[in-house]
Amino acid sequence: MSGTHTGNPVAARVRRLEERLIEQGLVTDDELDAVLSAVLDGASPLNGARVVAHAWCDAGFRERLLADANAALPELGLSMAGGLQEQRLKVVANTPERHNVLVCTLCSCYPVALLGPSPSWYKSEAYRSRVVREPRAVLTEFGLDVPGGQEITVWDSSAESRYMVLPQRPDGTGELSEDELAQLVTREGLIGTAAV
Amino acid sequence: MTEPAAEAAAQAAAARFAPGDRVRTRALDPDRHTRLPRYARGCTGRIVAVTGTWPLADDVARRRAEPDVEPRVEPVYTVAFAARELWGEGDHEVTLDLWQSYLEPHGKAAS
Repeated sequence: MSGTHTGNPVAARVRRLEERLIEQGLVTDDELDAVLSAVLDGASPLNGARVVAHAWCDAGFRERLLADANAALPELGLSMAGGLQEQRLKVVANTPERHNVLVCTLCSCYPVALLGPSPSWYKSEAYRSRVVREPRAVLTEFGLDVPGGQEITVWDSSAESRYMVLPQRPDGTGELSEDELAQLVTREGLIGTAAV
Repeated sequence: MTEPAAEAAAQAAAARFAPGDRVRTRALDPDRHTRLPRYARGCTGRIVAVTGTWPLADDVARRRAEPDVEPRVEPVYTVAFAARELWGEGDHEVTLDLWQSYLEPHGKAAS
């Protein structure tokens, strides 16, 4: 697994770094694979979608999720403890007054357990440098027009804190079951670059 | 709370700021790792939340070169900045998680 991510320039650089560490006897491929498996096994945007759908259906859960996401996730059998340390998660709710969007300007911090591996554009310098400066223009390029009256908050992540967007529930979905609602939620919706 | 976490909390600096406080980020340009992004240095913001206490990333990054340096444990705050303060334009808000030593109080003169 660690030896197979060589299809793009960044991955090739990571692999060269891994090889240096292996040569020095500091780590082995098997140890790297074990860490990657611990982080990635079960990591999928379906997890975030389940959290959102449950929050749309259960006002009490929504309240607990927004107050302390780490404490609320185990209610759905999920947690942020898959990596080397438990990461703090804050869930930020979109409202008619405010739209939220995520970025990591220093690197590529991202809640992998809930959203799966991040899209390549999330790690691009263009997205990281532009979305903090002109989020409305960037979101328009993603096909999301945020109404002028709706304010935008950009959440700049860090290695210790991760964020997830709780999108607004779409109109006309009152009849849908929680499972059907979860199918409406996309990875981009959880990052804030698309509506749901 | 696990033992190391309890220990870290006991060593941690006391929280100096509370939600709603106005703060100013330090304008330093250190020659080593820092988690205070350049775009947010010397800027005025508002404390949104205290997110807990963490070892200072700047110190953690120095450990290999300077093994005697024990990372300081500090409160970390979510701080919101108006785009106009960061960039001189824009109507949005950017929030960042910042360690206490990056911040100083900003008086009532803040707009």
